[in-house]
Amino acid sequence: MRLLLSSALGLSLVACGGSHTETSGETAADFQEQLQVQLLDAQPGDVIELPEGKFSLNRSLSLTQDGVTIRGAGMDKTILSFAGQVAGAEGLLVTGDQFTIEDLAIEDTIGDALKINEADGVTIRRVRTEWTGGPKTENGAYGMYPVQTTNVLIEDSVAIGASDAGIYVGQSKNVVVRNNRAEKNVAGIEIENTQDADVYGNVTTGNTGGILVFNMPNLSQSGGRVRVYNNEVYTNNYRNFGHPGTPVASIPAGSGIVVSSHDDVEIFENVVRNNRTANVIISSVYSTNYADDSWSDDFDPYPERIHVHDNELEGGGGNPDGAMLQAARVLKFGPTGRFPHVLWDGFAPEDRSHEICIADDEAEVFNADVPNESADPRVETEPHRCSLEPLAAVELAAAL
Amino acid sequence: MRMIAAVASLLLVLGACTEEAGPRPTFFASENPGTLSAWGVVARQGDQLVIGEGVLPYALNSPLFTDYAHKIRTVWTGGGEVSFASEGVGDFPVGTVISKTFYYPYKDGVALKQSDAESFDHGQSLALAEHRLIETRLLVHREDGWHPISYVWNEEQTEARLKRTGAVVPVTLASDEGLSEFAYVVPNEIQCAACHAPNATTKVITPLGPTAAQLDRPYDFADGPKNQLTHWADKGVLGPVEAVTVRMPAWADKAEALDARARGYLASNCAHCHNPQGPADTSGLDLTLTATGPALGRCKPPIAAGSGTGGRKVDIMPGDAEASILTYRVASTDPGAMMPELGRGLAHEEGAALLRDWINAMDGTCG
Repeated sequence: MRLLLSSALGLSLVACGGSHTETSGETAADFQEQLQVQLLDAQPGDVIELPEGKFSLNRSLSLTQDGVTIRGAGMDKTILSFAGQVAGAEGLLVTGDQFTIEDLAIEDTIGDALKINEADGVTIRRVRTEWTGGPKTENGAYGMYPVQTTNVLIEDSVAIGASDAGIYVGQSKNVVVRNNRAEKNVAGIEIENTQDADVYGNVTTGNTGGILVFNMPNLSQSGGRVRVYNNEVYTNNYRNFGHPGTPVASIPAGSGIVVSSHDDVEIFENVVRNNRTANVIISSVYSTNYADDSWSDDFDPYPERIHVHDNELEGGGGNPDGAMLQAARVLKFGPTGRFPHVLWDGFAPEDRSHEICIADDEAEVFNADVPNESADPRVETEPHRCSLEPLAAVELAAAL
Repeated sequence: MRMIAAVASLLLVLGACTEEAGPRPTFFASENPGTLSAWGVVARQGDQLVIGEGVLPYALNSPLFTDYAHKIRTVWTGGGEVSFASEGVGDFPVGTVISKTFYYPYKDGVALKQSDAESFDHGQSLALAEHRLIETRLLVHREDGWHPISYVWNEEQTEARLKRTGAVVPVTLASDEGLSEFAYVVPNEIQCAACHAPNATTKVITPLGPTAAQLDRPYDFADGPKNQLTHWADKGVLGPVEAVTVRMPAWADKAEALDARARGYLASNCAHCHNPQGPADTSGLDLTLTATGPALGRCKPPIAAGSGTGGRKVDIMPGDAEASILTYRVASTDPGAMMPELGRGLAHEEGAALLRDWINAMDGTCG
């Protein structure tokens, strides 16, 4: 504990220039060195306090110890800037369990901002990840990126400018993503191959796609049971600036909430408006740019048991991204017409009911008939008027 | 007269040998000394870098690429025996100190790009007038497991000092294509574990190089070339060895089959992360010697590659290296896209060329 205090003193001295003064040269190197030493020496229960100030770092930071908290003075006050980064695929890489990070910002990393790999117990609170030059393809891929983690809480955080997803939770279990703001990313919030996730109270706007729930082939864990509720998902109309070849690069600009090849998703009590392709998109992996001979045999390509109900849906669908969708809109709804709120690619299993249930009265369903090369795209709402049992709430392990 | 002079100089040489015995290795059971010389496994003596008494130099069939640095690898077991239960990493006794010294042939202030990075002057000494030492990494086997400890050599090349947080060393490398300046990055203590904990769930730290599959090769020892495992047996440090059924293919050996060379390269440069339990299992890409099908990357779309795709759609497009993500990432030097993520700032041109040849020779298509 004494060590911790003296180190913290060192860090405070480094920052003695006051708030928002940029450190440079030797002091920046000192800060980086001392912070990395603290991360190396951290013991379970330690809190590493970072003072107010903007600190330049040129290499990745890493933490493997369990039970460590990193705490700044506020997401606009303690800023770790990686604008001059020369090495490392992320800003901070964490593999320790029971990790908490709060009240700081990670800016302008070359790769991902904050990556957490194979940890149990992750709390990200009031953290901002941002690429400050606005949305650009050369920005790093993910802002907050827990992967193969369990018991994950991401709350009151802000993610801006990621060239893939601002908040991305992959191959994880027991996840709560709440009250965050994601803007100007390709995907605002993406939940991928994750089991039991609650995504609520978030605002996603200005992204290419607002909230994505994806299930991808060739991974050790398939996704299941995701609830998306009480979110505001509006005007996610930014052009897709993702890297060609990545899964999100196939997301049309103007996608509100997107479900791809995922089973058991409940979407309710959201306000979804003015997303120019469609407010809700439900699709199979067949509609992504994934080659169909590259899956393991046990991969289920169909979205099933999707329940959309009690949402406030408004606007959108009037200017879909891409010539084919645009042509379909004009053909079916006229030059000034709009797509219905729900766009479905039409892929369904032959041996069972897919149970895609759209219970919102104002939401009609547009079947794009992609399996038949869009020979007969049509509004087809009635077969989707059904409802499903609600999914259970996620309960995080007690330590959180 | 000439003969007398020759005998005299021979005597002088012999005298020098007996006067200047190599350093004595020491095992530190808990603390990490601040200087490398305290360990006595490798140290400067006069104008040479020498290895300690009883310290065995070794080389690998397929070494990891590190910015064209040459590597002196040594192991010292303190007299204990090493056994090999499989082709995998040896079971080294507690008290073992493994070292790897990274250096460049050096002239007029620039490092020289040269091949043959896997042996040095009959495994005995390195003339420091012609070489520049960068860092020496130790893996020390203590009661509670392996510990990575990094030492960075000073400008004067007299001593290497403990550097837990790593370092950035500017290096200029001269090759046939001209001079290239790059930041040689010494990893921090945790980054050591990023590679040396190939099981991301248990996170147990282990050596990676000294497997029976990698050590099964000749080495030019002071008393002549000999198979390394045979040499270890002769020195009395080799315990039981299961038959070595899989030899790690030497990627640089053009006498070996193209497929074997490429798989050897991937296994030794990538599989410490890209294995079914490794930190890169999140990608579903398995580059161990035995992987097959989509797991090996054939027609496999990326999961979270970000800018690493280079706009390409699958990891390996058979017959078309230019459409394969794997070759893009291996040739990239953008920290957000390149593979491996750690341990290099330059592209390995020969390695990338090998992988391109390998993919271009594949039959079939995707889709």
